[in-house]
Amino acid sequence: MHEEKLIYKIRDNFFPVAGLLATVVSLGVLFVLIIDVFKDGYMRLNLQFLTSYPSRIPEKAGILSAWVGTVWIMVLTAFLIFPIGVASGIYLEEYAKPGKIKDFLEINISNLAGVPSIIYGLLGLQIFVYFFKMDRSVLAGALTLSLVVLPIVIVATREALKAVPLSLREASFALGANKLQTVVFQVLPSAFSGILSGVILAMSRAIGETAPLITIGALTYIAFLPTSPFTSEFPFITFQGLKDYFTVLPIQIFNWVSRPQKAFHSNAAAGIIILLVISLFINFLAIYLRIKFEKYMRRR
Amino acid sequence: MSKILRLFLMLSILLGFNLKIFADSMIKIDGSSTVYPITEAVAEEFQKVYKDIKVVVGISGTGGGMKKFTANQIDICNASRPIKSSEQKQARMNGIDYIELPVAYDGLTVVINKKNDFIDYLTVAELKKLWEPAAQNTITKWSQIRAGFPSEKIKLYGPGTDSGTFEYFTEAICGASGKSRGDYTPSEDDNVLVQGVAGDKYALGYFGLAYYEENMDKLKAVKIDNGKGPIAPTYETVQNGTYQPLSRPLFIYVNRSAADRDDVQKFVEFYLKNAKNIVKEVGYIALPDKVYELAMKKFQDKKTGSVFKGVKIGVSAEELLSK
Repeated sequence: MHEEKLIYKIRDNFFPVAGLLATVVSLGVLFVLIIDVFKDGYMRLNLQFLTSYPSRIPEKAGILSAWVGTVWIMVLTAFLIFPIGVASGIYLEEYAKPGKIKDFLEINISNLAGVPSIIYGLLGLQIFVYFFKMDRSVLAGALTLSLVVLPIVIVATREALKAVPLSLREASFALGANKLQTVVFQVLPSAFSGILSGVILAMSRAIGETAPLITIGALTYIAFLPTSPFTSEFPFITFQGLKDYFTVLPIQIFNWVSRPQKAFHSNAAAGIIILLVISLFINFLAIYLRIKFEKYMRRR
Repeated sequence: MSKILRLFLMLSILLGFNLKIFADSMIKIDGSSTVYPITEAVAEEFQKVYKDIKVVVGISGTGGGMKKFTANQIDICNASRPIKSSEQKQARMNGIDYIELPVAYDGLTVVINKKNDFIDYLTVAELKKLWEPAAQNTITKWSQIRAGFPSEKIKLYGPGTDSGTFEYFTEAICGASGKSRGDYTPSEDDNVLVQGVAGDKYALGYFGLAYYEENMDKLKAVKIDNGKGPIAPTYETVQNGTYQPLSRPLFIYVNRSAADRDDVQKFVEFYLKNAKNIVKEVGYIALPDKVYELAMKKFQDKKTGSVFKGVKIGVSAEELLSK
């Protein structure tokens, strides 16, 4: 009797321990990576590094065009994937009638999520760069990356909507709200934090994607920035930057890693740190928005 | 407040797009990753002098760059090998004419581990025996290469089959571009090859001289005997043409109609004038002075076409510009 109890106890404790071990291992690897990158790159982290263009002299080289390009692409991608992804998710979850069309759409979206990103690069090259004649512009890059991560947003939106209890919808209908009102005022706000998580996930993936951008022909050496969206003349804002050439951090990092000179490898490490910081900042922003939103929801 | 903001945003969406359609003059360059550091350095210096001319450089490999070049999408193509006849045909079909300009030399270096004490030099025939397709799965021990070498397993490292380095090496050693044994560890990243050879006493690999010079503490360069005694790859032996057959010229190809543009003219002339020092700084070997002068003359005379019919091994500097 006593022995049996012990076996149960061991069995009960086995899983949490295994889980903890798995967590520690993956975090440990991440930790080692971060330490290694910091060791190589920290001495290159200064203002000069952030405000200089690439150079053949490693100590004078910087990532200005790369990080500005990354921010441009990320902001634009967010603006593109949010409405399209969320609207698709709402349609599929709330409106689409079960049937062949819905099945067809669902299967294709799941398939798209599994397509290697370089395929999207080829698609972007043909459609955006050549067919729509966008050239190798910021807009073409952001559209291509949006294609890569849209399935993630759609799937996340659907999962978030699914998690909203049926009772909430029924209550809304019972009070006389129609379908649109129910979705917009009840379901969507309740699902919003889940949707935001999906968008964060998508953005984090997009920020590190290099292959599709190389495929559409994003440049490596570029010593100017996309035109700033803010101008001194009316209407004080311009979208000229969308048409400009760009490069992004992963491309610059990749280029430096493959150079023979060790000093460039330090630059690459410093670039990775900046990429991590930008990625963390985006996550932080999304979490901040989520908390803000949840507070707002509770007050309602 | 937010209403005003919204109105403002809508207005700018309506107006913003029609502001400016064409950017200032821009020189578009793409192509080889090997030539990239040189062109990047020239572009950097060039833009210090000519602030109003924008230069952008991409990396898509010599093949990828040539594809864009012959489709008239770029002005200048970086190339680590001469233009192929298929690419020449493509250019003709699209009505593209081009000026071929050599800008530097690269010495492909055969490297071994620092601790390797039995290899001092290899003949071209021995290298061929080691790398030719027939060697696959049959030449596996060093003792098979030369009597007196230890009976240890050979570990080979080399660039991926897409690279110009691979094409040049196979042409020079095995006699045909692309002819190579397949059972070696390939990597597009030369630093991976460095790590591989540095970690194994019985390993051998090949890549550009710059990667060897940065890793002399871990690697040893093999002297190459092409019938005139073993020659080590150094700045001098590559430049004066005695390190054969693994010295290769690097090129830029300039679109003929772009060459009439003022900005492109300034850039190419700046390139040829300053290449000598810049090439050295980024780890390649400068051509003899006379060759830069000849190249300048060729560009100013707008002499189009290629002196090559496919990859050619062991071309002397003057030959690059003759005909």
